[in-house]
Amino acid sequence: MSYAYYPGCSLHSTAEEYDRSFRQVCSGLGIKLEEIKNWVCCGSSPAHGTSHLLSIALPAHNLSLVEKSGKEEVVVPCAACYSRFKFALYEVDRDREMAQQVNEVIGSEFKGKVNVIHPLEMLSSQGALAGTMVVRDLSFIKAVCYYGCLLTRPPKVMRFDSCEFPMSMDNLLRSAGVSILDWSYKTECCGASLALAETGIVVKLVGDLLTEAKTVGANAVAVACPLCHANLDTRQAEAEEMRGEKFGIPIFYFTELIGLAMGYGGKELGSDKHMVSAEPLLSRLQGGV
Amino acid sequence: MKGRGMSEISINYNPSFSGFLLALSKESKQNVNACFQCRKCAVGCPIAFAMDLTPTQIIHAARLGLEDVVLNSKTIWLCASCHTCTTRCPQDVDIARVMDAARIVAARRGVKPSVKSVKHFFHTAVKNIERFGRLYELGLIMALKLKTGEFTKDMKLGMEMFKKGKLKLVPSFKGMWDTRRICKAVKKKESR
Repeated sequence: MSYAYYPGCSLHSTAEEYDRSFRQVCSGLGIKLEEIKNWVCCGSSPAHGTSHLLSIALPAHNLSLVEKSGKEEVVVPCAACYSRFKFALYEVDRDREMAQQVNEVIGSEFKGKVNVIHPLEMLSSQGALAGTMVVRDLSFIKAVCYYGCLLTRPPKVMRFDSCEFPMSMDNLLRSAGVSILDWSYKTECCGASLALAETGIVVKLVGDLLTEAKTVGANAVAVACPLCHANLDTRQAEAEEMRGEKFGIPIFYFTELIGLAMGYGGKELGSDKHMVSAEPLLSRLQGGV
Repeated sequence: MKGRGMSEISINYNPSFSGFLLALSKESKQNVNACFQCRKCAVGCPIAFAMDLTPTQIIHAARLGLEDVVLNSKTIWLCASCHTCTTRCPQDVDIARVMDAARIVAARRGVKPSVKSVKHFFHTAVKNIERFGRLYELGLIMALKLKTGEFTKDMKLGMEMFKKGKLKLVPSFKGMWDTRRICKAVKKKESR
């Protein structure tokens, strides 16, 4: 099995543990990832808040690189990139004028025939985690699955899982032996890219999310988006200060948890890179971190 | 207005008002007149607590052609593009797209943003992507600090992230000729 791989800017910097753990899990499952050569930023929120054409052209350029490589499927772990890629496919498919403009500005023909998938879809469809792959007990990790905004919304563009109450991550992690808890904030917003501009808003939202996680008894949060991770992890201390309450809840990419279940070490998966240390929780692992 | 029919009232409609609505509709490709003010967007909005007007009020003001109310609002800049409103709208209005369109129209018309930090962030980030091909986080943070003068904000956090190897010292420069070329072509097309 081999896929074209678009890591996006975050996975090469602030979300390095997502890249590392995803690659590790894939190699363990015998899945080959081929990183697209010379990929560029998808533009994310700054692009769609500045120029609609640019916000479609940047992902379309990346997708045209995949087309040229002859691959039919590209796996995109960052929820923001995943969203922009799906928007590009949606618009180019429905709006001929936009499709033509996009081709003109990117300087090549984008056919819109690539299938964009998220690691959650990829690993869920594998069904490979059952049985032999899970070698370590993770039942002491009581996690809530946090999908955030962009994986499932808007449903007519994303066509991925249920938009108000998705279950793919819950099911996947449950099959990896993690104790999964129900909660109501699966698709609430963390404030996303407002983190650098309007930090106060993000700290408030992060406080709300962590309070809910704590209330249902979670000792970890599983995420699938670098922005969700960055906000819940790096702004947790400020949220604690604002609320006058200690959370101390480590935030994991779902791929880190799968990797741990498969027997990889915390360091191999990049779990030592969190701001909120995962060590106290992972000290309960069989055979150590 | 006594004795006047509906058609005459619409003829007297201020053309500068409808001009704004036209510009917003053209940019967003959305029909805000489909809105029947159910307020689902306002109720579901996670940022509404920080906004001056709710998304419902913005859509209503847009329908009335109230350019200054829409473009001077904090709301259009604080929208986090989470698409909760768009997902739940029973009339299928893509409200998040209208917010984006309002930002774009505001910039085009030279309206000063009510939330400068967000406009700065967008502007600086797009320039960063254009220049480096991939987002160069440390460069973005530095450029924002130069603009806002908040040099000490997040310093400790930034240092810790740097130590963990989460912020790269030098940009990758990969694909930068492509982003420069694409950004230039977009600007040329949009200036026509």
